[in-house]
Amino acid sequence: MIKLNPKIFDEDVEQVPIRKGFGEGLLIAGESDSQVVGLCADLTESTQMHLFRNKFPERFIQVGVAEQNLASVASGMAAMGKIPFITSYAMFSPGRNWEQIRTTIAYNDRPVKIAGSHAGISVGLDGGTHQAVEDIAITRVIPNMVVISPCDALEAKKATIASAKTNTPVYIRLAREKTPIVTTEDTPFEIGKAQVFWEGENPQVGIIATGALIHRALKVANMLGKEGVGVKVLNLATIKPLDEDAIISLAKETGAIVTVEEHQIAGGMGSAVAECLSRNFPVPQEFIGVHDKFGQSGTQEELIKHYKMDEGSIILAVKKVLTRK
Amino acid sequence: MAQNLDDKKIKELELKANDIRQSIIEMLLEAKSGHTAGPLGMADVFTLLYFHQLQHDPKNPSWEDRDRVVLSNGHICPVLYATMAHAGYFDISELKTLRKFGSILQGHPHREFLPSLETSSGPLASGLSQAVGMALADRIDNGVESQKRIFCLMSDGEQESGQIWEAGMLAGKEKLRNLVGIIDRNNIQIDGYTENIMPLEPLADKWKAWNWHVIEVDGHNFEELNDAIEQARAVFEKPTMIIARTIPGKGVKEFERKYEWHGKPPNKEEAEMALKELRSLGGQISGYHND
Repeated sequence: MIKLNPKIFDEDVEQVPIRKGFGEGLLIAGESDSQVVGLCADLTESTQMHLFRNKFPERFIQVGVAEQNLASVASGMAAMGKIPFITSYAMFSPGRNWEQIRTTIAYNDRPVKIAGSHAGISVGLDGGTHQAVEDIAITRVIPNMVVISPCDALEAKKATIASAKTNTPVYIRLAREKTPIVTTEDTPFEIGKAQVFWEGENPQVGIIATGALIHRALKVANMLGKEGVGVKVLNLATIKPLDEDAIISLAKETGAIVTVEEHQIAGGMGSAVAECLSRNFPVPQEFIGVHDKFGQSGTQEELIKHYKMDEGSIILAVKKVLTRK
Repeated sequence: MAQNLDDKKIKELELKANDIRQSIIEMLLEAKSGHTAGPLGMADVFTLLYFHQLQHDPKNPSWEDRDRVVLSNGHICPVLYATMAHAGYFDISELKTLRKFGSILQGHPHREFLPSLETSSGPLASGLSQAVGMALADRIDNGVESQKRIFCLMSDGEQESGQIWEAGMLAGKEKLRNLVGIIDRNNIQIDGYTENIMPLEPLADKWKAWNWHVIEVDGHNFEELNDAIEQARAVFEKPTMIIARTIPGKGVKEFERKYEWHGKPPNKEEAEMALKELRSLGGQISGYHND
């Protein structure tokens, strides 16, 4: 089993914004490959690209508030051999510039890496306009596109470094808020590979989680284990290409699945899992995520609870799916 | 490096443009769909680029030091395909496969099917951004002295789009001297005349305001076009925008200046009439061989 942060269930577990891991990873990617360039649409610090900008100002392009241009300029740079990373809030990139990403990046098969920060509702106080809960759906539907949703800052760092080495377009989903560190520096990461993060005794339910909610999923698995309900938790960092083997074997072993994501139910990671299982090994599945609603202002905790993505809601979903077996 | 044009070269280019126009008519007739006005209108610009101005090697299309041509308004691809075929990028016989299943010549350019294309295009207004990206990358690699030029060919209709403004501002800010835009100023778009749909004038002033060097030329005059591109190669501190005034449907009187010909192909009769006109150089040559 994967070695996780030993302090994972402690009150004082270290908390770091996932986007910070991206910024550190981009710096490392930039140091190891001079073809890496960074482009930003007026959110350089917010997306943590300033670390790269400060070190490599000659390889940084500030495009201003112009996300459509951001995507297509990056495509042009990739056509000349560069490995461009573009950053903005997920709502604007890949939100506002979706067609430019589809045509000038993916249709052209240019290896542009799109980092969408402030994804999910946890960005909180800014309100619904800034809470991207559709980004997984709109990126995973694009051919050639790889979609990664890291669970903590360390995984984001590794995902960023790994993305720079691929020849494909990649979408990396980042969150703004401080997020518990679940993994360790030594936890391996590979694009396209899901990882078992928790294995309860005689698992009866498999939880598949992506992004920051993995922490709540692990807490639920720990709690339910004490009640005698065995849960196995899969961290699905790469949503496309999907690790079908890992998902199918989890379904075969447990016979019931709960998917957990800070995203719309429609078209998200849970949908990708359902598409896979319905073709290969159908089992009852419950979906934790946003149910066809826009976000609103509030604290992270208030919103996670309101939109039923908190530990209590995950427990209810586990119990419900058990009755459907 | 391209030189000035002498009379002999101009004559040669005129005949080449005429061949390309004929190919355009033939391929549109075969495809039974596609755009007529824009491709005919831009035949002279494409001819000058591919047969005089470009640093390129059709037999080695991935040559690193080539100039780049980004066609932003992908719907005029018949002129791009015909010109590339006549220049030797692929066999002229491929032209009759336009828009057919499995063809290297997709309805709008797709580089997965034709890898010698610099980019896929069709959705309007994103070509200039890509050209800006190419110019930025070239400057990172080769500095401001780079001899490479990135050409972006655009329609006038797509100047209505916000993304053009975004790209125009960035290129001005970055002083991309290795970037040359060419606008096909033919005054028509699919719904009608540009100045009725969304007035663009004063168009040159918009580009000047974004710190571009702007040159307005007759898009069917090889000398004017060539001088403008030579000037663009020489301008040091700014990107250059060439506004090429063209006649949509140029070369076939029946098609000229009519927006109705923006998005439809000629039928058999119309194509025969057009080919007759082109092969006789507008009636200058009598008794030409007609099948």
